[in-house]
Amino acid sequence: MAFLSYLINGLSLGSVYAIIALGYTMVYGIAKMLNFAHGDIMMVGAFVAFFALNSFGLPVIVSVVLSMLATTVLGVVIERLAYKPLRQATSLSVLITAIGVSYFLQNGAQLLWSSSTKVFPSIIGNGSLKLFGGQLQISYLTLVTIFVCVAVMVCLTLFINKTKTGMAMRACSEDKGAATLMGINVNSIISITFAIGSGIAALAAVLLCATYPTLSPTLGSMPGIKAFTAAVFGGIGSIPGAFLGGLLLGVIEILSKAYVSTQLSDAIVFAVLIIVLLIKPTGLLGKKLSEKV
Amino acid sequence: MLNVENLVVRYGMIEAIKGITFEVKDGEIVTLIGANGAGKTTTMHAISGLIKPASGSIFLDGTDLTKVPPHTIVTRGLAQVPEGRRVFAQETVEENLTLGAFFRKDKDKIEADMDNVYTLFPRLKERRTQLAGTLSGGEQQMLAMGRALMADPKIMLLDEPSMGLSPLLVSEIFSIIEEINKKGTTVLLVEQNAKRALAIAHHAYVLETGKITLSGTGAELAKDERVQKAYLGG
Repeated sequence: MAFLSYLINGLSLGSVYAIIALGYTMVYGIAKMLNFAHGDIMMVGAFVAFFALNSFGLPVIVSVVLSMLATTVLGVVIERLAYKPLRQATSLSVLITAIGVSYFLQNGAQLLWSSSTKVFPSIIGNGSLKLFGGQLQISYLTLVTIFVCVAVMVCLTLFINKTKTGMAMRACSEDKGAATLMGINVNSIISITFAIGSGIAALAAVLLCATYPTLSPTLGSMPGIKAFTAAVFGGIGSIPGAFLGGLLLGVIEILSKAYVSTQLSDAIVFAVLIIVLLIKPTGLLGKKLSEKV
Repeated sequence: MLNVENLVVRYGMIEAIKGITFEVKDGEIVTLIGANGAGKTTTMHAISGLIKPASGSIFLDGTDLTKVPPHTIVTRGLAQVPEGRRVFAQETVEENLTLGAFFRKDKDKIEADMDNVYTLFPRLKERRTQLAGTLSGGEQQMLAMGRALMADPKIMLLDEPSMGLSPLLVSEIFSIIEEINKKGTTVLLVEQNAKRALAIAHHAYVLETGKITLSGTGAELAKDERVQKAYLGG
């Protein structure tokens, strides 16, 4: 029974990673860049939600929506100001810029909100679902987290496969030049991608802080790196890959914390990544282009 | 219809196109022939907006295409079949065709155009649910042409449509280009296969290291000694 409980906790943590990883992987798929500031955009979302809940006493739903709006705008603005001018630059310049944006956001947050940690309020309460005569307890928060992750995944998949904008995104991810020839405005597609990726990062932020309620300007960096790992794990650029990678990463982390060592859990997570990449360099669900010329 | 005037394109310090001027009249097939590296594809990319020219103008029915956002060029009636086809490999044949009509809102007409493309290329109809990446080179060429037709263009640019295809398929592609032209679409064709291109062209230009060195009707250039020597193996 303990194992089942660990597994569910792992899925819950993995759900948070998966939501962040979805943003990472979408941006990579369309803009072909690693937005290392993604975790810090999430951090800003956490602070916006914190102030909305704590200082303004707004309802949870309103706070979450505000937080999502804030990160959406932030993502689009960052893309416009920092990444768009580098559209023709080498990927190394873009990567360094992304790291710069990450530090800018962390330090900006420190300046604005100080580096002392804050305690995120409880948003769902302490209730839990009791199964097997109370032997297995699953908190409502855990259930909500997993549900939100699945919902985000389903919505994104439908959006990308069924809508016109989604089709344009698919075209852009394959060949921006050819997409332009079709009349697709590549710049606005990239903006939309950043908007969606950053918007859902706020969801991850609220869920993460509800589970681990300490708030600090660096709170985005570790989950950001883990989510990046999850995206690579699943196959960067692949949406189901990010989902699967996130969930697996969360489960591996929690299980190794429970059964091996708390200190070693991160090392184990990254070791698994290295092994997977050695065996399958494109990640679990990475695309292997079978192009015929 | 299309007037290119004093077009200059640079890649860094290198001047790839050194001030060329040419014209494509309504209803014609015009071809640009030239060796590898002469600047044919660069000229095509400048027209369709994929490269920004250093100077000069490209007028499509009076609008200067160098001054409009690249993605709006196709909405003005100019579609390009790019070099190397560049079909969307991960999309099906039908999705590629739908993408060709991406900017259009006239649903009924789009459906009719899709039927026309399938009539012109029955092979595409057979393979409509197949991923474009799994098609043969000739089929991909047909798909790229069909995709361009889905934009319902006034003028179609074709960049090396015969590249890498068997002689039989080349003949098929060229006769389809003539058919498209007869149905009222103006054609600008870039080709290394000068013989074939000159045979169907109303008007032709020879491009050499970024400059137009000769021009005339297709028949005239096919007979020209210099062209024969350099491009027709005679």
